[in-house]
Amino acid sequence: MIEVENLTKFYGNFQALKGISFTVEKGEILGFLGPNGAGKTTTMRILTCYFPATAGRARVAGFDVFEDAIEVRKRIGYLPENVPLYRDMTAEEYLRFVAGIKGVPSREITKRVERVMDDCGITHMRKKLIGELSKGYRQRVGLAQALVNDPEVLILDEPTIGLDPKQIIDIRRLIRDLAGRRTVILSTHILPEVSMTCQRVIIINDGRLVAMDTTKNLTARLQGNYRLIVKVEGPREAVIETLKKIKGIESVEPAGDGKNGGVTELVLNMDKRMDVRRDIPVAIVNNGWGLLEMKPIEMSLEDIFVKLVTKE
Amino acid sequence: MRNILLVFKKEVKSYFSSPVAYVVIAMFLIITGYLFYGLFAYFSTISFQAQIDPALARQARLLNITESVIRPLFGIISMIILIMTPLLTMRLFSEEKKTGTIELLLTYPITDLQVIVGKFFACMFVLLVMLVLSFIFPGLVIYFGEPEIGPIVSGYMGLILLGASFVSFGIFASSLTENQIIAATISFGVLFLFWMLGLSIPFVGPALGKFIDYISITHHLESFAKGVIDTEDIIYYTVFTLLFLFLTLRTLESHRWRG
Repeated sequence: MIEVENLTKFYGNFQALKGISFTVEKGEILGFLGPNGAGKTTTMRILTCYFPATAGRARVAGFDVFEDAIEVRKRIGYLPENVPLYRDMTAEEYLRFVAGIKGVPSREITKRVERVMDDCGITHMRKKLIGELSKGYRQRVGLAQALVNDPEVLILDEPTIGLDPKQIIDIRRLIRDLAGRRTVILSTHILPEVSMTCQRVIIINDGRLVAMDTTKNLTARLQGNYRLIVKVEGPREAVIETLKKIKGIESVEPAGDGKNGGVTELVLNMDKRMDVRRDIPVAIVNNGWGLLEMKPIEMSLEDIFVKLVTKE
Repeated sequence: MRNILLVFKKEVKSYFSSPVAYVVIAMFLIITGYLFYGLFAYFSTISFQAQIDPALARQARLLNITESVIRPLFGIISMIILIMTPLLTMRLFSEEKKTGTIELLLTYPITDLQVIVGKFFACMFVLLVMLVLSFIFPGLVIYFGEPEIGPIVSGYMGLILLGASFVSFGIFASSLTENQIIAATISFGVLFLFWMLGLSIPFVGPALGKFIDYISITHHLESFAKGVIDTEDIIYYTVFTLLFLFLTLRTLESHRWRG
């Protein structure tokens, strides 16, 4: 649905994109991850035909973003980062205006606008000026304007930025519900967002693509060694000594401050090839201590992200 | 065409849903009314004096209502339009750039030209409302006196063409910056310079003088106010308008390239 080949963008002498290539399949939700200034917004602006790339090609639904800009724009719903909307129009007026410009036939405008207002939960705010709406509702109006022509592709630039936690959850659910058969690109620097909403992730840093994979694979791939966290009721030094002797545990790191009433918290780095999860409780119980907790540490997307972005 | 109409409607609504259009139109009418009163009162005083003063009665030009009320009135209206149009045009692109709405507008399936033309006609619409309302003044002259109708009609034609070139330049200035004050200052400053160009004619050579006279905005309005519709003047204003609309288009495009 979206093909990007070797996209490069210069702003004067500053190179914002250093040759990015990726493809997005129809119906996929792609997360676009990267620190601030990595080139997420630049890529999105090229895809939405706001400005052209310096070099490289991008095609949306088979149309070149430079040569067939109008055709591409007809098929895209775009929500820019700061949700720039006309503050002096009411939500309904604005949506009708956008529907008209996006080529919704006059007879269907009312129906479409009612539909997206309902989908985005802003029907009761229709008569309010956009400037008077709260940030959360403005975000919804922004989403509604992106959806009003029922586009094949949705491009959302940091759709949850600046919202309170409840609004964030609402907007995420909305995006997931509305995605349907649409192809969605969603940029963010909030990692849980990606694991919650996207099937595939692209990580870019400093204008370059550093990783592209499914959310699951990416987590698994980067999980180098296997780590466990254990909480043991027993004397600190003795516990560490005992655990170190178990074959398959490469190192033992103390965790926590060790001052919570004789409970020792430890992080164990294990050899991936050996499963010693049975040996640990046996060793502890044999010494007369109590095993309070034992759980694997899964590498979160945050860890992966930091690892990839700070690799060099 | 549909896109142009949509932008047009949106902008007109925006003018009239905020106080902008009302304030500008009201100020325009107040100033014009005040100056019109001055002209008319002066004319009636002179007319009364001419009844008892034979020397004054021989000054035919002074006692011609078209010459001494209608013609200066068009000069006044054009001057006030010059002051008011930058206030109408300044927000058209500057505001969109400042608030970022231009990003969404330019990623909708609409061409830059359609956006510009829609905005141009929206501003022209407000200007036309102003001119239509200003018709009360020549209307009063027609009611109380017997002016020639021809110069009034051609004068209004001239004002519309003049207004179009002001609006076009104002839109161009607005596309240059995201600061509305700068946009208004540029358009007012440059239009005022064009206005005042005629003053330098006595000091430059005859060849340059003729050229300056030709490009000066006022020069072309004078013949309209006299009742003369000259294609030369029509072409002047049309070219002026199209030139700056074209430059606006180029400015929008260049912003795209520069990012």
